[in-house]
Amino acid sequence: MTTQAPSPVGSATPARTPGGIGESPARPDGTLKVTGQFAYSSDLWLDEALFGVTLRSPHARACITGIDIAKALAVPGVHAVLTHEDVPGLPYYGLDHPDQPVLAIDEVRYQGEPVAILAATDPHTARRALSLIEVTYDVLPPVTDARRAVFDPSIDRVHPDGNVVRHQPVRVGSADEVTADVVVVGEYEVGMQDQAFLGPESGLAVPAENGGVDLYIATQWLHVDRGQIARCLDLPEEKVRLTLAGVGGAFGAREDLSMQVHACMLALHTGKPVRMSYDRAESFLGHVHRHPAWLRYEHGATRDGKLVYVKATIVLDGGAYTSTTPAVVGNAASLGVGPYEVPHIAIDVYGARTNNPPCGAMRGFGAVQVCYAYESQMDALAAELGLSPVEIRIRNAVSQGSKLATGQVIDSPAPLADMLRRVASLPLPPSTVDSSGDLPGGYGNTTRGEGVRRGVGYGVGIKNICFSEGFDDYATARVRLAVVGGEPVVTVHTAAAEVGQGLVTLQQQIVRTELGVSTVLLQPADTTIGSAGSSSASRQSYMTGGAVKAACEAVRTRVAQRLGHSTVELVGGKVLAGDTIVDLAAAVGDEPIEETVVFRHRPTVPMDPVTGQGDSHVQLALCVHRAVVDVDVELGLVKVVELAAVQDVGRVMNRVALEGQIHGGSAQGLGLALMEEIQVVDGLVRNPSFTDYLIPTILDVPPMPLTILEHPDPHAPYGLRGAGEPPTLSSTPAIAAAVRAATGLRLRRVPIRPEHITHPT
Amino acid sequence: MEFVRPTTFADALAEKAARPQAVPILGGTDLMVGLNAGHPPPPALLDLTAVAELDAWAVDDDEVWIGAGVTYRRLITELGTLCPGLALAARTVGSPQIRNRATLAGNLGTASPGGDTHPVLLATGAVVEAASVRGQRAIPIDDFYAGVKRHALAPDELIRGVRLPIRRGPQQFAKVGTRNAMVIAVCSVAVALDVARRTVRVGVGSVAPTPRRALAAEDLASGLPWDGGPLDDDVARRFGAAVAAATAPIDDVRGTAAYRRHSVEVLARRTLAWALADLDRSEAWDGMTGRSEA
Repeated sequence: MTTQAPSPVGSATPARTPGGIGESPARPDGTLKVTGQFAYSSDLWLDEALFGVTLRSPHARACITGIDIAKALAVPGVHAVLTHEDVPGLPYYGLDHPDQPVLAIDEVRYQGEPVAILAATDPHTARRALSLIEVTYDVLPPVTDARRAVFDPSIDRVHPDGNVVRHQPVRVGSADEVTADVVVVGEYEVGMQDQAFLGPESGLAVPAENGGVDLYIATQWLHVDRGQIARCLDLPEEKVRLTLAGVGGAFGAREDLSMQVHACMLALHTGKPVRMSYDRAESFLGHVHRHPAWLRYEHGATRDGKLVYVKATIVLDGGAYTSTTPAVVGNAASLGVGPYEVPHIAIDVYGARTNNPPCGAMRGFGAVQVCYAYESQMDALAAELGLSPVEIRIRNAVSQGSKLATGQVIDSPAPLADMLRRVASLPLPPSTVDSSGDLPGGYGNTTRGEGVRRGVGYGVGIKNICFSEGFDDYATARVRLAVVGGEPVVTVHTAAAEVGQGLVTLQQQIVRTELGVSTVLLQPADTTIGSAGSSSASRQSYMTGGAVKAACEAVRTRVAQRLGHSTVELVGGKVLAGDTIVDLAAAVGDEPIEETVVFRHRPTVPMDPVTGQGDSHVQLALCVHRAVVDVDVELGLVKVVELAAVQDVGRVMNRVALEGQIHGGSAQGLGLALMEEIQVVDGLVRNPSFTDYLIPTILDVPPMPLTILEHPDPHAPYGLRGAGEPPTLSSTPAIAAAVRAATGLRLRRVPIRPEHITHPT
Repeated sequence: MEFVRPTTFADALAEKAARPQAVPILGGTDLMVGLNAGHPPPPALLDLTAVAELDAWAVDDDEVWIGAGVTYRRLITELGTLCPGLALAARTVGSPQIRNRATLAGNLGTASPGGDTHPVLLATGAVVEAASVRGQRAIPIDDFYAGVKRHALAPDELIRGVRLPIRRGPQQFAKVGTRNAMVIAVCSVAVALDVARRTVRVGVGSVAPTPRRALAAEDLASGLPWDGGPLDDDVARRFGAAVAAATAPIDDVRGTAAYRRHSVEVLARRTLAWALADLDRSEAWDGMTGRSEA
């Protein structure tokens, strides 16, 4: 040390640094976003940049018999037209299994599959030239029925290695032998939901002097993008440098690559920067969706409402390529009975490949589809037994110490019965609404009360937090404590993707709490530091939050060592070392302290391929919803009157951000219940626009009172529990149940369309 | 793409005569979305936003004149009493931002079967003022819609405005969409009563290749309780059925033909009942210029 030992500044305990965990400080990017000044990935610009565009297959399945690029290449202003022959390295990519061609090779397997890419001086020239590329197709009948793709041996194979990506059974007890007093059987369907983010797939690729490429990109996971890009470009990973650009929403759709390799190929080929930005219709074709599902459930219970067995067969349509289907299947299987104690279980989940649009990650990730079905079954069982929907759930609810279907013991609080009692005891909204705009049909002025019936329904969901089944999704954080202008300043560097969820705010809060420093700077997320893992699976507060916390602890230990102590407290810019208090700035002096920490959650194991058993999950989270709806039964129109939630989050880190997550997740579940569906006919998307892919407006989203519980998870940093996904699960079945209560209909499919109510089949 | 921006309507007509392929633009809420979506750009855009005389409305003893540049927002805030059906329809158009820009004439120019104001214009017996350097003509609304997104305007004509007869009774409008706001109609119905003549006119949208009237339903007017009292259930059912029978709906992503036929019938019954209920408010329905209420 070059500085002298700092002198004590007093003994009064300093005030806590404001803006720490548990508070709700303003987002560092909030003002820019609210005032429209935030730079999203589609706003990136360089004067000399070319614009890249993508030619896509109009067919769901076809052989490519010829591609003629001559006319397009001859257009003035066109710098490159590339096909699969121009891919420098591995011509395939994929998160779990590289089966997706960078550009179609001799065959297209879904509508919208990229066939050729083109770079020109401006978007208009690029799009005009793109229309001059001549592709000849030999159109084939598409495989579009996922159940046939799995079970019908006579159906065509979408890939040479077959149509089943993963079959995961779960076997507990002897479900095929036991009998039950009461049995309910139901077949359910879940339509193809889209993440419907607003920021289109976009980015800027800049050729680097070392032969590599710099890519500025909106993504959820920089490092896994980089690995795939480097393999496709045949470059060492260090020559592919990624920096996170402004992300306009993600919800899972940015886990898979979209235009990343294409932009880099065009940049490397032309030697010029290339920007790409999909338009809305292209975006709907250019990212994965939520797996549509067909689910058959059989529940057996005793006369007093205790579950005896659950049998289920579930088919998830993964579309043309593998994407994350194997992990989605794992979630559907391991969480397929929901948060209930079930002695005998027989579940089979199949992930299919078809010629439908590829499906992969979306908020809830395999747990959403099964939640709608098992909750519908619980309601059917309650009706059969003459029990209330709340009572049947309480009688079967898991708690700490219960076993999941996988045999994994829930080893942290899981107060489901209490959560159900709480949601059921909340006051109901007034039985009539205040204004006609609040009736079903809204501003459409379709009713003055005619045909309107009130219904109440409940939903419960359980979601795994962090990656499961043996995946080591570690997170890296670097924390640097320095003195700037006499004040301590902390800089945090991670590769974690801020996708709108508020991780940037949380990182600052953690530093303020751990190091007592109010000024916390965030370096741009990039690949010059180790991976942070994906901004998905509700995991970043746990993982990158945990990494930042651990790095702060390492920095704090270094401060203590400098002062000759084993531990110190850092509060309000001061160091509390034993009985003395010194200025942190003096303790740090002109020698900054920097620590980089890799944080890991506890290990998990894959599910047994035959029995599905194994401690496959890191953490589990519960959410409970009560939905109150008004249904115009004559017109089939629904207005959700109230959507109340009870969620256990372990520890509230930032209440405003947390409430935003629960409200947003609930609204996304409402969308799935009532309107959100990519409509696919014969493999072709019918509604690739926000005119016809409807997401809830403010008139569709009701008041959403929240009860947030804090039962800490002893295994997690701060005891926190991932919170972003669970509300997306339970709101859908709660709303479906409320519509059933209002109409008396079975309603075996979501989204519920008006004609399902007026013309039930 | 050429861009011309006349400041008088006479100049605008001259420009349109010189460039019959030019597409007029006011709010641009439909046209610009199409251009952004990659629709082929027209050879020229004729921007009418600087033509002040279009951005006005007027009323006399016989009719309300609404200039081509009047936005939905103004229909709601300024014409709600004079043209209640139109205001109800305007309220269902898009978002506040869209209603601040989009115009009645734009709805006519697009002539979509799902345009929200068409059923009201049909029900109220509106007249479209078509103008060109050759002169001006009045196109009765019944003759305006020529097919899916086609209308009766000649290539050199522009819409100057729309004339609506002074209302002679209650008007209603209702629209089914698959969410509670910002949605394209799955079906829509407008009814307008003429108390003095004891007639009713009905317009429907999104249930046929063009907006159209339900003439067979209008023929049931004599059975309605003009002198007060409840609407007979059987009459209401026959009215709804007659409206449904006037439609020729299709299945599309927004709804099935069967649902459209069903829901337009329900809306027809309800809107008729609401309009008749408004009769009981015992207002003077003859010559409602709205002047005294302004």
